[in-house]
Amino acid sequence: MKKRKVGIVSVGLTKFMRRAKETPKELAYYAAKTALDEAGITRKDVDAAIIGSAPDAFDGVHQKHEYLTDGAGGVNLPTMRGYVGGGTGVFSPIQGWYSIASGMHDVVLVTTEEKMSSVLPSAQAAFNTIFDNMIERPLGPNLVWIFALEMRRYMETYGIPKEHIAAVSVKNKGNALDHPSAMLGQKLTIEDVLNSEVLAEPVHLLDISPVADGAVSFVMMSEEKIKEFGISLDDVAWVEGVGWNVDTTMWTNRDLCYPKYVEKAAKQAYTMAGQKDHSPEALRKWLSFAEPYDPFNYKELHHLEGLQLFEKGKAPLAAYEGVTARDGDFPVTPSGGLLGVGNPIAAAAGMKVAEVYLQLTGKAEKRQIPKDVTRGLAQAWGDLMQVGTVIILKGGRVN
Amino acid sequence: MKVRGTKLSHDEYMNQVISVDHHPEIEYAWATGIAISKFLEGLKQGKIYGAKCNDCNRIVCPPRIFCEECFSPMVEYVELPDTGVVNTFSLAYIRTDASRREKPEIPAVIDIDGTTLTPSGFLHLLDENIPHDQIKVGMKVKAVWRPEAERTGSITDIMYFTKLED
Ligand SMILES: [Zn+2]
Repeated sequence: MKKRKVGIVSVGLTKFMRRAKETPKELAYYAAKTALDEAGITRKDVDAAIIGSAPDAFDGVHQKHEYLTDGAGGVNLPTMRGYVGGGTGVFSPIQGWYSIASGMHDVVLVTTEEKMSSVLPSAQAAFNTIFDNMIERPLGPNLVWIFALEMRRYMETYGIPKEHIAAVSVKNKGNALDHPSAMLGQKLTIEDVLNSEVLAEPVHLLDISPVADGAVSFVMMSEEKIKEFGISLDDVAWVEGVGWNVDTTMWTNRDLCYPKYVEKAAKQAYTMAGQKDHSPEALRKWLSFAEPYDPFNYKELHHLEGLQLFEKGKAPLAAYEGVTARDGDFPVTPSGGLLGVGNPIAAAAGMKVAEVYLQLTGKAEKRQIPKDVTRGLAQAWGDLMQVGTVIILKGGRVN
Repeated sequence: MKVRGTKLSHDEYMNQVISVDHHPEIEYAWATGIAISKFLEGLKQGKIYGAKCNDCNRIVCPPRIFCEECFSPMVEYVELPDTGVVNTFSLAYIRTDASRREKPEIPAVIDIDGTTLTPSGFLHLLDENIPHDQIKVGMKVKAVWRPEAERTGSITDIMYFTKLED
């Protein structure tokens, strides 16, 4: 199939906050309007709108994509929400990509939004509805359990020391000090992370990202339209590859040590981008950096392995040794990630895609990776350890 | 680029800005389907059922009526022993409402003995009286059943799994 070339031409972000005064719709408007202004266009130029947001249970608002439509600039347009749990924030620009690549639309406004503060006493109560309703919920589970169970399985399988995993919290919360949207930038030591409160062994408080409110938007365009608007290629990041994959919800019937679905999503994206060699060395040379999903520190490492960027069980040592620092050999999560910037589910992954765009267009300000960056990857993950979504962008002038 | 948003403190959020409250009162009753009702009936009788796929030969637990890989019907239920192996576990101090427990609960994934080809089992709890330093991935465990008269056809008909002395 002949696919049209698609570029992201601008992004817009709100602050990420534990509690925002704004409604979800108002947050969406801030992000969407900023993205339009940055692109130098108006809503009249937009052909279609895409909305990404996680479970309605956080908001207590039914069909919240319809509720969000006004704020996302989608009134009286072909507007649609695609939803793959925590994987949504990367899936939304993938939807934007196929709407344009197919020839259906030329200009698409994509908005990812989450407001998690409305549900009381905590977002946990809403998260519990993701567990199996017949044989898991009667046991009284909470979300931290499954992360603890997966983290233990990962550590045991590969013999990973906790110190190596803690290095991810130190790196990401440190990187977030330079992000204007960040809610939890912090200078920490590995000891701080190891000594923080135990929530569900092996998970401690500083292993986890904070729930948040926030929104992130993108303007995506066909190559033809980018030329027609006279947008400089310096402001463009092309979508080079996309992939997504979903495994079964029967998570107790899978080995949690390795995210096979992330591997499948990544290989789909690499193949689409024309990258045939999927060895870690080749991929780390081909990509300049990555923004894998990091709701928990070990998840960044787990995902780097699923993405084939490190051998199984080898990402933790790389993090500990500084390979993945912003100025390391292979920078990972230069944004500060969910751990540092915050985790408004769909918007958090949207923030990761935005970071890839900002790095590739040289607009990451204090966070700019101190070397030439030509190609970056963002990945998200979600539901019951079962969804992988991947997008690969390259700089506007890169061949 | 300007990033906008109005941060509220907990006190502002709870006490100062105008908010509108809603406590939905809603209840669900789920029919447990063909396979899980068989599983739950089994638990009531003190038995753990799995199912076998005649195409890929997997024996899986909990049972289902079709194999999600082969997409063939799973026509055969298999009675499995009430023993297994700890696949992974946690010492959990946090409750759903974010409050903390003094003594942790011990959620675990138990791979049930007799399942084949892929790790296969379910989420349950371990005996809170097992000394924590003795709990290991790979530990052999056995179901501790609720007295028969108290069983209701629920996953909680197994109270927990305890260490199987070898
Ligand atoms: Zn089968």
